[in-house]
Amino acid sequence: MSEPIIKIENVNKWFGDFQVLKDINLDVSAKQKIVVCGPSGSGKSTLIRCINRLEEHQKGTIIVDGTELSENTKNIEQVRAEVGMVFQQFNLFPHLSILDNCTLAPIWVKKMPKKEAQELAMKQLEQVQIADQANKFPGQLSGGQQQRSAIARALCMQPKIMLFDEPTSALDPEMIKEVLDAMVNLAKGGMTMIVVTHEMGFAKEVADEVIFMDEGMIVEKAETKEFFANPKSDRTKLFLSQIL
Amino acid sequence: MNSLNFLKSNKQNFYYFLYIGLFLFSISILDVAINAFLKINITSFLPGIFSIFLPLIIGFIGLNFIRTEYSGIKGLDIINKNINTNNFNAILTLLIIFAIIKATPPSLSWMIFDANISGDTKEACTGTGACWTYVKVWFRRFMYGMYPNDLHWRINLAFILVIALGFFGFFLRDNLKKYLALYYVIIYPIIAFLVIYYLISGGAFGLVWVETGAWGGLSLTFIVSFFCLIFCFPLGMILALGRRSNLPMIRYISIGYIEFWRGVPLITVLFMSSVMFPMFLPEDFFMDKLVRVIIAITLFEGAYCAEVIRGGLQALPRGQYDAAKSLGMGYWKMHIFVILPQALKLVIPGICNTFLALVKDTPLIFVVGLAELAGMLALAKTNPKWLGFAMEGYVFAAIIFWIICYAMSKYSYNLEAKYKTER
Repeated sequence: MSEPIIKIENVNKWFGDFQVLKDINLDVSAKQKIVVCGPSGSGKSTLIRCINRLEEHQKGTIIVDGTELSENTKNIEQVRAEVGMVFQQFNLFPHLSILDNCTLAPIWVKKMPKKEAQELAMKQLEQVQIADQANKFPGQLSGGQQQRSAIARALCMQPKIMLFDEPTSALDPEMIKEVLDAMVNLAKGGMTMIVVTHEMGFAKEVADEVIFMDEGMIVEKAETKEFFANPKSDRTKLFLSQIL
Repeated sequence: MNSLNFLKSNKQNFYYFLYIGLFLFSISILDVAINAFLKINITSFLPGIFSIFLPLIIGFIGLNFIRTEYSGIKGLDIINKNINTNNFNAILTLLIIFAIIKATPPSLSWMIFDANISGDTKEACTGTGACWTYVKVWFRRFMYGMYPNDLHWRINLAFILVIALGFFGFFLRDNLKKYLALYYVIIYPIIAFLVIYYLISGGAFGLVWVETGAWGGLSLTFIVSFFCLIFCFPLGMILALGRRSNLPMIRYISIGYIEFWRGVPLITVLFMSSVMFPMFLPEDFFMDKLVRVIIAITLFEGAYCAEVIRGGLQALPRGQYDAAKSLGMGYWKMHIFVILPQALKLVIPGICNTFLALVKDTPLIFVVGLAELAGMLALAKTNPKWLGFAMEGYVFAAIIFWIICYAMSKYSYNLEAKYKTER
């Protein structure tokens, strides 16, 4: 296996006295798809937010594509430009049209010419099948459309890694599928993905590895088939029995 | 009060009740109106107390008659829904209508019918009403202060230029539009300052020097408000961001600044600026009193602006920050493109509030000897030739201030509607 693109070693994190992450070790190689699951409060969101340093870890090292995350702001911005993120609450910028949402960062962070950025944005919006909504504002779109726009926005930065933080949890059941379809397409395109989700169907379809977290620890990490066929720990078995 | 409801209309006699009710209601208003405008008391044959309360009682019965759940008649439903929902509201409605009718004739006759406007001296005012002659004679002083009469064109020209430059931004070509903010925040204030300085102050280009002590009246109100408004807004923005900064040094300086300026009264700040501040300056360094006052008010109002803007910053969901950061934006890019455009939109009503307060605070500069509109009134009312006309002056000033402030708040409503976004 080649050198991992994300290297997480002995990472610990506390919110005040409460320890949210306990000695996390995780290597992700390029083009790998990893699904993280677990009960709420298990630290899975915190873990992936640490990867682009929306949260700081207090102990251990996180190396993303050869850059170590530290206090150095330049490093952080560089990593963030390479790591796309999709949020549970979409977090589109409501004062900008969908197209402007997609071109804002490429133009101002990557210094891409406006025309080129717009072409790229239209291409990405085409991919998630909302090119016809490009000039609307986020408030005018449905939840599913907003989330797909958010995926397109992240992809416009041409990231090497995509992080998904429960991308379908805030959606109506009917809209979950259109978002998952977009993610499946992305996975087929060979993107490195880390997905926090409760959609086990999605995990079975695209994930190379599934990680189960509880109480800030990685309880189980296994290949997808193995994970669902014969989970090792009792905690995982219990979780799976409730969720499936 | 329920016992009054025995006279209730039903489907059959609904229109009788409606007509009788409207008739009684009109009678009561007519009675008060005749009493107020023609000074005739048609119910004077009745005993005193009864005569006073009669219109109220008649009007109340009338409103009680026309009160129904839903009639389908548009005007009637509006009345019933808004001013006639129950007995208590009916009485309040009547009392307010009566008060308005009663107050109209005396104020109209004071302001218009019995007022004087002809003549040039106090003696021309013979009526019992307002003496607008006073305002007329002093009009130029109220507008331009002690500025020499034959140079007033310079003030007018300066204002026209500044306003024209303000509109200039709207006509910029599309490819220059991105510099709009830069123009309004930095270039425009500088140009406006230079225009006002060279045109109104003079001293160059063959214009006679007029010291700022002679400036005054409404034009000074405008000058002070204008500069304070355009400078205190960016200051407030910087302070609001500073107060939320992660760097403790910047945060504590911002908090200290805001709390200091919010804690002291404006009037003492103005005193300090004109009395104490020069003592700390080197001897050969001279700063004009007006400039010092503008700086003082700007620093003062900047603290208020900061807190208003901070409110807007706090109203934004954390996800907006996360999203901007996750796209690789640094602090300034995140704030300029994502956070501030949304936050400032939210605080338009609050900022408008602060700006209105600022405009109405400008009369305070009288304490350091600068006489803007209200200050000129204070000077004029003590003029021995024109004693006793304070009322006219203050009514005049109130109307002018009201027009300015109403225009500002109208403009802020426009902005709000223009930048409204769905979330």
